[in-house]
Amino acid sequence: MLSVKNLEVHYGMIKAIKDVSFEVNQGEVIALIGANGAGKTTILHTVSGLLQPSRGQVIFEGKDITRIPAHKIVSLGMAHVPEGRRVFSQLTVLENLKLGAYTRKDKGEMEETLKMIYGRFPRLEERKNQIAGTLSGGEQQMLAMGRALMSHPRIILMDEPSMGLSPIFVEEVFKIIRDISATGTTVLLVEQNAKKALTIADRAYVLETGNITLEGEADKLMNDESVKKAYLGE
Amino acid sequence: MSSFFTFLINGISLGSIYAIIALGYTMVYGIAKMLNFAHGDVIMVGSYMVFLSMGSLGLPPVLAVLLAVVVCTVLGITIEKIAYKPLRKASPLAVLITAIGVSYFLQNAALLFFGANTKMFTSVISLPAISLAEGQINITGETQVTIIVCIIIMIGLSLFIKKTKAGQAMLAVSEDKGAAELMGVNVNGTISLTFAIGSALAAVAGVLLCSTYPTLNPYTGSMPGIKAFTAAVFGGIGSIPGAFVGGILLGIIENLSKAYISSQLSDAIVFSVLIIVLLVKPTGILGTKISEKV
Repeated sequence: MLSVKNLEVHYGMIKAIKDVSFEVNQGEVIALIGANGAGKTTILHTVSGLLQPSRGQVIFEGKDITRIPAHKIVSLGMAHVPEGRRVFSQLTVLENLKLGAYTRKDKGEMEETLKMIYGRFPRLEERKNQIAGTLSGGEQQMLAMGRALMSHPRIILMDEPSMGLSPIFVEEVFKIIRDISATGTTVLLVEQNAKKALTIADRAYVLETGNITLEGEADKLMNDESVKKAYLGE
Repeated sequence: MSSFFTFLINGISLGSIYAIIALGYTMVYGIAKMLNFAHGDVIMVGSYMVFLSMGSLGLPPVLAVLLAVVVCTVLGITIEKIAYKPLRKASPLAVLITAIGVSYFLQNAALLFFGANTKMFTSVISLPAISLAEGQINITGETQVTIIVCIIIMIGLSLFIKKTKAGQAMLAVSEDKGAAELMGVNVNGTISLTFAIGSALAAVAGVLLCSTYPTLNPYTGSMPGIKAFTAAVFGGIGSIPGAFVGGILLGIIENLSKAYISSQLSDAIVFSVLIIVLLVKPTGILGTKISEKV
């Protein structure tokens, strides 16, 4: 469904991503794990078009989207929940959700998606007229996820969705990712919480300073000695 | 008392013009995070368009104003494309200097095309004056139209931003360009739209300004531009209601100081008030700082 080939990304003179390739198949949950600064966020930004790679290709459903600007990629069926949530803090919850459906034309379908999202996140419906900046961190994460789902994506990229949340919300977030995956949406997940990420992922890639050093099925990686030592704290 | 009332009404009218110009500054600042110091000169271009199309082409006022709005809209979009867009990732200082350069360019282009002579501007407004309090208070047609137009623009713009998709996209871009892009918002298109709206409003402001104060030369837009910028900062730059409040207050303060203190000192008083407000509340009257929740 999504294949990234020989990706190379520079920030000025610094090469942040060095020859990274990976595949995401339809319906999978794929985790990218790695330490701070390994390049996980950079990869997501390049896939969704916010950053331009200096080399390599991003192919989405057979289409080369490497040079397509981010705002056009959304309507191709890809949504991105950015790191730090980045909800529009001065707009209401409902206005945020509607912006998530910015590229959709059919109002009726949009209302249906909205209903579905309220069903999944009842708290968003309770607070639909509240200014998003006044929500708690966990609620903002729900909003960021709901907003991304409003575009009705076939693949959703999630960047550190559990970061800075209380343990209860962390559980909740991973449960929601599982639910999203269960409805057939493909998930590409970036997480520092490697243990949690590996428990819900089908496959995973381990990233170190811009390179993929390890890849495989999630449960196998979980038992890998080097992964245990470096990322699972065992 | 009746003269006070007249000064007040005239102040509100002048303030309405400042408010309309200030909207252009504040919207562009909110969305592109830059100060477009050429904005005042777009007013002048709009006024010349009306002057020429009524004088030389003999167009009726309504058509002349429409033409000026169209020309200024195109001018605003063009300035953004040519001068500012290539600097999207440059330092704010480079953009600021460019804006000042564009301002000088417009003034000198006007000198070249229209000459340095001050022209007498014929008011586009032919509404009769209203007499109140047995003729002691006179409200001219220009004053009435200016205030009404300002109110209509304020309401229209607020509805546009609150109710339309494009308006919501503007708010999204002004808060977080990257996140807006991830929603599918075309950020460059939104910035263009903002310049278009700001410049169209500048044309309207120019017509109102020259109808009330009927002289026109290539520097006509410069001082009102600076005053309106002050009004935008005064009200809280980036805030649309702030531009409105700042503009009206500035107009009232300016007119009352002209009437009761000194007409020479009025500008000094206006800018002193600005300094005091900024000392007490650096974000302006209605400005807010976005606090980020981590």
